[in-house]
Amino acid sequence: MAGKNAIELQGVSKRYGAHANVLDDVSLSVTNGEFLAIVGPSGSGKTTLLRLINRLAEPTGGTIRVGDTNVAETDPILLRRRIGYVFQGVGLFPHMTVAENIAITPRLIGWDDEKRAARTGELLALVRLDPEKYRERFPAELSGGERQRVGVARALAAEPKIVLMDEPFGALDALTRDALQKDYRGLHERLSLTTVMITHDLTEAALLADRIAVIHRGKIVEQGTPRELMTAPKDAYVRELVETPKEQAERLAALMRGKP
Amino acid sequence: MSDPRFSEALARLPDYLGSHVLVSVTALVLGLAVSLPLAVVATRHRHLRNLILGFASIVQTIPGLALLALFYPLLLALSALTEKIFGAGFSALGFLPSVLALALYSMLPILRNTVTGILGINPAIKEATLGVGMTERQALTMVELPLALPVIMAGIRTAAVWVIGTATLATPVGQTSLGNYIFTGLQTQNWVFVVFGCVASAALALAVDQLLALMESGVSARKRSRILIGGIGIALIVAAALAPVFARPQAAYIVGAKTFTEQYILESLIEQRLRAAGLSARGRDGLGSVVIFDALKTGDIDVYVEYSGTLWANQLKQTEAKPRAEVLAEVKAWLAKNYNIIMLGDLGFENAYALAMSRKKAEQLGIKSIADLARFAPQLSIAGDYEFFARPEWKSIQANYGLTFRERRLIQPEFMYQAAEAGEVDVISAYTSEGRIKQHDLVVLDDPKHAIPPYDAILLVSPKRAHDEKLASALKPLLGAISVDLMREANLRADGKGGKSSPDEIAKWLWEKIENSSSRAQHSTK
Repeated sequence: MAGKNAIELQGVSKRYGAHANVLDDVSLSVTNGEFLAIVGPSGSGKTTLLRLINRLAEPTGGTIRVGDTNVAETDPILLRRRIGYVFQGVGLFPHMTVAENIAITPRLIGWDDEKRAARTGELLALVRLDPEKYRERFPAELSGGERQRVGVARALAAEPKIVLMDEPFGALDALTRDALQKDYRGLHERLSLTTVMITHDLTEAALLADRIAVIHRGKIVEQGTPRELMTAPKDAYVRELVETPKEQAERLAALMRGKP
Repeated sequence: MSDPRFSEALARLPDYLGSHVLVSVTALVLGLAVSLPLAVVATRHRHLRNLILGFASIVQTIPGLALLALFYPLLLALSALTEKIFGAGFSALGFLPSVLALALYSMLPILRNTVTGILGINPAIKEATLGVGMTERQALTMVELPLALPVIMAGIRTAAVWVIGTATLATPVGQTSLGNYIFTGLQTQNWVFVVFGCVASAALALAVDQLLALMESGVSARKRSRILIGGIGIALIVAAALAPVFARPQAAYIVGAKTFTEQYILESLIEQRLRAAGLSARGRDGLGSVVIFDALKTGDIDVYVEYSGTLWANQLKQTEAKPRAEVLAEVKAWLAKNYNIIMLGDLGFENAYALAMSRKKAEQLGIKSIADLARFAPQLSIAGDYEFFARPEWKSIQANYGLTFRERRLIQPEFMYQAAEAGEVDVISAYTSEGRIKQHDLVVLDDPKHAIPPYDAILLVSPKRAHDEKLASALKPLLGAISVDLMREANLRADGKGGKSSPDEIAKWLWEKIENSSSRAQHSTK
């Protein structure tokens, strides 16, 4: 890629009808190979921000670039096929098998059967599901964690360089969630992906991402590395936000040291 | 079963069932072809959705029979229009109006279920279709329709049952269906036919419903075998039902009949005569008075028995009653001149409208003629068949005698005579060739002012058969051969409880009588 930035938003705003801005003059860039987490409470506009990137929604103002191109000038269908998307609530197609779900985007862009089958096997192995065991299953026959693994595999199927994730691990139990987070981070490195992940959980963002952007009431209030944000938050809201996990971490540490 | 009515019903099954299946399947396929795209459009545009579903709901509230009847004049006008513009019309009778009306009828369940099925899909899945890079069309065909399929199938099931049931009502617009059993049976009091028709159409609807249910469960459980078995079952029913329709050599001559006993008997008689002359013939019965004349004009039917007075009033628009012979001559000339329809001749009897009442009541009040009636009318009730009060004859009677009755009712012709005898109604619109006048001890009131025109039974031949010598010579023996007494007796036989009361049997009996009297006549001339 020519530029350094994989994704760039400049002065982006989004408004629905006469309502107040959902996003207000947001500028943000994601460099190639970076793992960016966007953290914010519900209603902060974080999902809208993600949807603007692959044109599931259109901005009211500002420009968005993916790689070298202005997305407004790109065919949204082709754009989406180039970008992996992991949905909140997974969104697997219930009438398709695991293999069919994973191979959907390759099928849309016309890969042949053989190539698709090979890719499906590869991806199942990548997300640590036994291909022979899972290939022909239907989503209803999977556990929540298995479903999310398939969701990740589907996002990666057409070999995208960019993956967008919307609260991907939100609905999972703690153990499954931890395993999946670690596995995904591994994939991010191995495949040199650029990842943008939406989450409301600062701990998750801090442990997983290279950089965090905090969004509040439609504005990016602060960005920085996890360390920067956790140790020296500048914005009032962010200070409040880091308080809870920090306090929890201290209490846990104290607990383990055996002091009251 | 030993009852010959049953075996006659069975003999008609291939024809009736085949036509019934053909019209139902065509209507369903058409309904599907229109409803599915419409439903998809409705899911994409909220305003259109309300419009489309609203329209379908309104259609559903129109009674089936009315909807079918509505399409006939509509198509007739359209046919006249295309005739003007392109020089070629089409048949507005039978198949076309039935298919259109039934297709319209099938739309609501298919539309509603398809819309519900698609809109009921989890929004996260809809979002995912876009997120993975599907176009709208791909989202529809790869995800939305397959997921909505079980619900859509349920809608198709409902539509199929409705269409198969409602198709029985296609008989009066000239489409042969299982309804022919019911309509013929009702007119001729042949309850075996009525029950047979009901059972046959219910069985067909149930069978199709169950097979579709099997397919539906196969769709939701992703069992290809069930879908296959259901599909094969339906294909077999359709193939078995349609085989006779297509295998049957197209009958060269189609004999029309209106909706009452005498017409069914004469239809059978004409068919039998044509077959005896080596011509293939098929009946198309249960046609309304106006429909049947139009059908003859356009050649949808080839021959039928009409009554001179009906044409005199309805077609020639004459209000003045003239003597029998004059009316016959004028009608004949008018038909030939305006439509190139040939009147072969009259059968020898009159089936005129008349007012009748029970002998007891008439004597009690001293009523002998319609003129006498006028004085008592405000205290009396009158019953007529579905046509009578709309007919010019009734207007003419009213105008000539100034009748106003206390109450006016519509009753099936078959039940009127009984009702008059029982005193449930005082005066009825009767037919002079009706055997039940005598049976129920009724008197026909005189018409001193000649308000009612004569009603000679006449044989009409369509323009396309105008020069058909074979047809003319096959039917010649019937001309002038049926006296009013003979026709009354034949009509009375139709009400018999025995097995000899089907139109076919009576027609055979009638022909024997005609042959005997003509051979006696020949003997006596020697």
